[in-house]
Amino acid sequence: MAADTGETPADGFGRVSRTKDVAFRLLALAATLIGIVSLAALLLNVAVDAVGWLDWQFLTNPPHPDPYEAGFLPALVGSIAIMLMIALVTFPLGVGAAVYLEEYADDGYLTRFIQLNIANLAGVPSVVYGLLGLGLFVGLFNIGYGTVLAAAFTIALLILPIVIISAQEAIRAVPDSQRQASYGMGATKWQTIRNVVLPRAMPGIMTGTILALGRAIGETAPLIMIAAPTTVFGLPNSFFSKVSAMPLQIYNWASYPQTEFQYGVVAAGVVTLLVVLLTINSIAIVIRNRYQQRT
Amino acid sequence: MSQPDFSHDGIRTARGTAFRYLFMLCALLSILTTVAIILTLLLDAVDFFAQVSLVDFLTGTRWSPTNEPIAFGVLPLISGTLVITIGSAMVALPIGLLTAIYLSEYASDRQRAYLKPALEVLAGVPTVVYGYFALVYVTPAIDAILPVDLSTFNALSASIMVGIMIIPMVSSISEDAMSAVPDSLRQASYGLGATKFTVSTSVVVPAALSGIFSSFILALSRAIGETMIVAIAAGQTPRMIDLTDPAGMFLDSIQPMTSAMVQIGTGDIVGQGPAYKSLFAVGLTLFVITFVMNLISELVASRYREVYR
Amino acid sequence: MTNEQMTPSETEPTDDQTTPTPGTDGLADTADSGWETTTDRTLLEARDLSVYYGEEQALSDVDIEIPEKQVTAVIGPSGCGKSTFLRCINRMNDLVDSARVEGELRFDGKNVYDDDVDPVALRRKIGMVFQSPNPFPKSIRDNVAYGLKVQGKKDNVDEKVHTALERAALLDEVEDQLDSSGLDLSGGQQQRLCIARAIAPDPDVILMDEPASALDPIATSKIEDLIEDLAEEYTVVIVTHNMQQAARISDKTAVFLTGGELVEFDDTDKIFENPEHDRVEDYITGKFG
Repeated sequence: MAADTGETPADGFGRVSRTKDVAFRLLALAATLIGIVSLAALLLNVAVDAVGWLDWQFLTNPPHPDPYEAGFLPALVGSIAIMLMIALVTFPLGVGAAVYLEEYADDGYLTRFIQLNIANLAGVPSVVYGLLGLGLFVGLFNIGYGTVLAAAFTIALLILPIVIISAQEAIRAVPDSQRQASYGMGATKWQTIRNVVLPRAMPGIMTGTILALGRAIGETAPLIMIAAPTTVFGLPNSFFSKVSAMPLQIYNWASYPQTEFQYGVVAAGVVTLLVVLLTINSIAIVIRNRYQQRT
Repeated sequence: MSQPDFSHDGIRTARGTAFRYLFMLCALLSILTTVAIILTLLLDAVDFFAQVSLVDFLTGTRWSPTNEPIAFGVLPLISGTLVITIGSAMVALPIGLLTAIYLSEYASDRQRAYLKPALEVLAGVPTVVYGYFALVYVTPAIDAILPVDLSTFNALSASIMVGIMIIPMVSSISEDAMSAVPDSLRQASYGLGATKFTVSTSVVVPAALSGIFSSFILALSRAIGETMIVAIAAGQTPRMIDLTDPAGMFLDSIQPMTSAMVQIGTGDIVGQGPAYKSLFAVGLTLFVITFVMNLISELVASRYREVYR
Repeated sequence: MTNEQMTPSETEPTDDQTTPTPGTDGLADTADSGWETTTDRTLLEARDLSVYYGEEQALSDVDIEIPEKQVTAVIGPSGCGKSTFLRCINRMNDLVDSARVEGELRFDGKNVYDDDVDPVALRRKIGMVFQSPNPFPKSIRDNVAYGLKVQGKKDNVDEKVHTALERAALLDEVEDQLDSSGLDLSGGQQQRLCIARAIAPDPDVILMDEPASALDPIATSKIEDLIEDLAEEYTVVIVTHNMQQAARISDKTAVFLTGGELVEFDDTDKIFENPEHDRVEDYITGKFG
């Protein structure tokens, strides 16, 4: 390149080539964008394919072998039922564990062990949690193959580490001066936690829990392992109803060879699942933003 | 005049203790979960190994749990997992590393504010959706573009999708490690007249190496445990792979461990037979591999956190 | 002369339980009226009080007698242990895992480090105001009522909130907005809110840890006026790094120097005009610290 030389001090300091620098910068930028662009292209494809298939009839019908009759309602309702149960289970347990680790536990051996264990649990493959659910909830506790409760408990254990870790971060973000003020007033530890720490950490805890629920709603493998039926025609009406879920129904439909399923019904199911997921995550972001403005 | 009374209030103390133990129980539940996972896997795996020898399981090169001749060699499944791991690593490690460098060294705050959440979306898409994408969009697209003979179910598109999914795992942990590199090191290099390229590649990356390494292991562990993408798109053909034959590895149908588990899980096999119990033996194998990798990643990561604290 | 009161270790343990508190609290005449009568009833008394953080000694063998219903200032260079001493009085040091306390600290004759003392119960007799204002993200009313709530004093809450705000010289400014957030107030108002919060449950002692250090001069002078008024009702112990502030508002002054050592404790005028120790004089005159 022209700018490459210039050894003579009389011309100033000369120039050092930036070619490699610029090329590398562009390469790194391309790498940053490639995943995002690929996903965007795939999402565009599926959205286009879903047009004409994602309609009121699809959302309100039960599944059907005829693609023009097939609907998503039992899976949609099943997913939401499972998710609500998961929220009921993980929220108190996750917050309780986080409160213990942040407010009560000393920095001893046991605490570090629990902490490491939680980090490790967050990395256990979801299919293994499915086996846990199969052995524990279906086998030992006899809750029944593929019931709402078995599904919810299994996935609850799966997202519990994520809920705990995010709740811990939210509790850690409460300034110590707030705790000091409370203790200084003669408050007990529990009073301080209930009146000062938890109210202040709550938006962060909610955000983390809701995001974890977003992860829960996409989980498929654990449901397969606890033998949740891939296709259910009725709506769940008790904790012990057999239940399907959106991702499970999508998995089932994806194996249908007809084009109408592959590029129609499944696309509609995928878009529905993603819209529900997007809604959940938006709620979490709204909570976070509102809270950030407040402080 | 009597002394002031600061004595303990029995009810207050009891309530405080009760809450303490209640919360502690919640925290201990995580340890119980780990114990339950290990026991569940182990107990049924022991049943399995009573019927199939451990040596046959670990060294057998044929996996056929339901079709005669029955065989329970796990190696074909492990080699299937290996193909997906290698394939997704080739996608995610370089892209994730370059992404981390861009975010840490080049991007403005404004760019970062958009790019980081966008990247996180990659990890947030349900894997069943990625699996569907691989099957109905990626495979036909590759088949149309490349002059190769691609099976409907193949390791290539599954690997690409798994790779895209784990990019943010590589990039976010690596970027954390790079951001933790003290600015004084960069300044020292700039002071010697280095360009940004030189600083990034010869100062920042080496200094953040343990964090980068930790992110690689964690991402690969996620790839090994990934289930739905491979179950949908990679096929159900348990076979030994030949590392010297990339085309054979990637263009045809394979079956990783997780996919085999799904196959058994969705099948009609129940009861106490070895086919059903093999689910737990494979699960245990998977659990041990990912557990060890996560542990290594955690230990390496905690080391780099100490270095620049 | 008051020679024998110079160093507290030489002081005989006073007959604090029998001496009645004199009516002349000396509040009005703090500034100029020469040294105080030292027959005031002692409320807080430290004996060989030492504090360690792990291996490090933060306070060494402190002996001091703090009189009731006066302002006692604790001054000294940073790291001298003055905040540590303050936090011994209401056992806030208990919240620090590595902290260890030796010796005695008597509140009205009762050693607060006895086994049968519940620090929570102790803190209900002692209010505390911190270095930077730390109101809760709650309404002004709920902030002031917080101590009443946690201490189970559920009667006449509104009335007590009003009284506390009035005593903290904040009522006029916030009377119409008791339900708005305490965080919406200015820094000086926030600190007075914290003072109102501390006095609402009617404690015996108020501890203040550099309460004006984060405030501008006008807010600071309001807080100083307030502290002098508070001493009519409460025993005030205030840590400050500002010597002029100590001279302006306190009746007694304790000077801590490096190593957590209480070097001199006496009437404020005496400390600032004619200190006994050269090291204290050096510190007061700015040659050191």
